[in-house]
Amino acid sequence: MDKFTTLTGIAAPLDLINIDTDMIIPKQFLKTIHRTGLGKNLFDEMRYESDGSPKADFVLNKEPYTGAQILVAGDNFGCGSSREHAPWALLDFGIRCVIAPSFADIFYNNCFKNGILPIKLPREVIDSLMEKANRGGNATFTIDLENQKVVDPDGKEYAFDVDEFRRHCLLNGLDDIGLTLQKSDKIESYEEARKEQAPWVFGASA
Amino acid sequence: MGNPRTLFDKIWDSHVVATQEDGTNLLYIDRHMVHEVTSPQAFEGLRNSGRKVRAPGQTLAVADHNVPTTDRSKGIENEESRIQVETLVQNTADFGVPYFPVEDVRQGVVHIVGPEQGFTLPGMTIVCGDSHTATHGAFGSLAFGIGTSEVEHVLATQTLLQKPAKNMLITVEGELAPGVTAKDITMEIIGRIGTAGGTGYVIEYAGSAIRDLSMEGRMTICNMAIEGGARAGIIAPDEKTFAYVKGRPMAPKGDAWEKAVAYWSTLPSDEGATYDHEIHIKAEDIAPVVTWGTSPEDVVAITDTVPNPKDSADPNKAAAMERALAYMGLTAGTPMTDVEIDKVFIGSCTNGRIEDLRAAAKIAEGQQVADGVHAMVVPGSGLVKMQAEEEGLDKVFKAAGFDWREPGCSMCLAMNDDKLKPGERCASTSNRNFEGRQGRDSRTHLVSPAMAAASAIKGKLADVREFI
Repeated sequence: MDKFTTLTGIAAPLDLINIDTDMIIPKQFLKTIHRTGLGKNLFDEMRYESDGSPKADFVLNKEPYTGAQILVAGDNFGCGSSREHAPWALLDFGIRCVIAPSFADIFYNNCFKNGILPIKLPREVIDSLMEKANRGGNATFTIDLENQKVVDPDGKEYAFDVDEFRRHCLLNGLDDIGLTLQKSDKIESYEEARKEQAPWVFGASA
Repeated sequence: MGNPRTLFDKIWDSHVVATQEDGTNLLYIDRHMVHEVTSPQAFEGLRNSGRKVRAPGQTLAVADHNVPTTDRSKGIENEESRIQVETLVQNTADFGVPYFPVEDVRQGVVHIVGPEQGFTLPGMTIVCGDSHTATHGAFGSLAFGIGTSEVEHVLATQTLLQKPAKNMLITVEGELAPGVTAKDITMEIIGRIGTAGGTGYVIEYAGSAIRDLSMEGRMTICNMAIEGGARAGIIAPDEKTFAYVKGRPMAPKGDAWEKAVAYWSTLPSDEGATYDHEIHIKAEDIAPVVTWGTSPEDVVAITDTVPNPKDSADPNKAAAMERALAYMGLTAGTPMTDVEIDKVFIGSCTNGRIEDLRAAAKIAEGQQVADGVHAMVVPGSGLVKMQAEEEGLDKVFKAAGFDWREPGCSMCLAMNDDKLKPGERCASTSNRNFEGRQGRDSRTHLVSPAMAAASAIKGKLADVREFI
């Protein structure tokens, strides 16, 4: 996983609530057995006509947002299906940060596993950022994870909260499976104790 | 004894392997279900880093999302779907994970297979790379959906890094009116709390109307907890739960059974346990419901009309409603029962169990599907299909003009050939009415199985009470 420290880039406004993961990456693209290559189908049905031609009015089809690295969106972003193809598609397109008033839990989790930073900010702040993200070539934001702040195009700063462990993993690009495997002895002793208490947990499907 | 604890607290506490300074827990996972869509990249990750599956005997794999629901004896025609299923076959063989083949009678939708096999048990932590894992909470287990990176984490370590959720209690007390089912209860709740109302919570469903439901009904309730934003829904295990589990192939037997029941009986929330949020609903206030828009929270009674965005005080919500009406091709003020449909889908992890098929067959018996409507019935598993055929439900459906098919996820997410054409409208027993969910530009109305059958016969969204 790539580290996330600071990011300066174009923010695209997507002023909709309840953007679900079916919108982010429709099911026909879930047949892949790879993580990469999904960026071209990000927001497929919103982004392309049924004949495959780009919809001129969709934000990510407009310059400079074709190169957006940040997305500003409405409440409950990423709701619905658990598909990690959603953050994979965002990442493959080039988006490393999503800013919204709220996120669905599974999507929020999935972002951190892929080096994407989801940032929650109050709705009135999002309203202001949404307006500034509409400034086209001047919609450049800076995200500073070390200092936990968003800097908007006017230089205005907004502090954000992020879970300390997740921040640590993102800043250092850590693979949490490796970290967990360092605790194998603890997992083993848990299993030993549980075998006494609830033996039916083990070996059921074998 | 310490403080009174909720059912969720008890399951959580008994699965903590280690706690980090910041409060993140390493949580032990008892059961892991795997399917073809969200697992290939996880197995690839294991392979690339030379890791093994830690607990194959606590893992169960089945292909469900993109298997055809027509005759499968000649394999899967769609190349990408076939490759994905073949990849699951290869991965489960390479890593020693138990797998039910597509031609096995036990194959079906992962969330129907787990309970059927007794793989799902009370008091457990259960995960799957699928948001509807919440279904298994009906057994008094903590069950939630995860992404593929977490699938890989569980395969490698049998644990997950998690912070505890908050507790929400939703009670439904009293008796349901005729024609009102578990599906109506769970949709009514989502209509009230909204699709983000449960974010950060585990919802415990309680009250007499929930206790009175069958296990199938309880699974329908918990299944859609995710549509209310909660990762998990949970219902206290009771005698009904134990009776359902007893004797299933992977359930404990003999002494272990007695010991397990004694343990499971300690799980219900303690008297005096507190919740971060509570909602109390009277069963008699719930009507047969239907969705009108593109979010599962867009719920109205079947006797209502399409709502007007102008009536919403929240401008963001009003804008979303306008967009939904345009997408759905509906006009505010239209009675829901005037809305004509093209297709009907009965099935899915929400409503693909035997009781659902019985409820739909009861309405369909002696009737005919309306001209121009294609109505599909897709059993949730091979075993559900077999049971239904033993009861003669297939004959009832076929005689009424329904299309009786092979098990799988089918048109719930339309990954296989079962999908709507652009602009087609469907009464569906599935769980999501999102834009494009059942096919590009598809229009979905979520309903109960009995309402879906009634709608098939009328050719319009229909009030099941006209048929009972």
